Amino acid sequence: MTKSELIALLAAKQPQLEYRDVELAVKELLEQMSAALAVGERIEVRGFGSFSLHYRPPRMGRNPKTGDSVRVPDKHVPHFKPGKELRERVDL
Amino acid sequence: MALTKADLAESLFNELGLNKREAKEFVELFFEKIRETLESGEPVKLSGFGNFGLRKKNPRPGRNPKTGEEIPISARRVVTFRASHKLKERVELNAGSRGQS
Repeated sequence: MTKSELIALLAAKQPQLEYRDVELAVKELLEQMSAALAVGERIEVRGFGSFSLHYRPPRMGRNPKTGDSVRVPDKHVPHFKPGKELRERVDL
Repeated sequence: MALTKADLAESLFNELGLNKREAKEFVELFFEKIRETLESGEPVKLSGFGNFGLRKKNPRPGRNPKTGEEIPISARRVVTFRASHKLKERVELNAGSRGQS
């Protein structure tokens, strides 16, 4: 399912909202979630899961083309941990 | 402090003028549709944010870390998330050295 398919599904379920508003609402939710992670804030949605950042320490990497060593600085990467309800519903 | 469903509903109320009940319902439905889709075995791709995929795990022997007792872990299907490049970039740029686990 893509973002536009999700928008179509939600629009069908919320006939009192204009299609355009459903589109904006989905974008707003994803933007709020991205913005929270961008400033290092966690996201916690009971029954769905939580998003947090995981730290990656600096390391020496290699340029695969030239073989030169390059220093890769430390960083944070987004991480998702499914919540109990999602885990149980998805498991077969 | 973490972002919650209440915060998300609040932003739909503030930014888009949905009424409080509509906003709350919308947030609920948004996550429910993603859960339903994953439950049906279909991945969810939210461009600019990331992809939720599914992975089958084979059964494997496990252990209770407290007692050391062996317990089998059954085969299962689990959800995985891959952040989009755009989200990874935003996180790297801003969260930078700010510590968070």
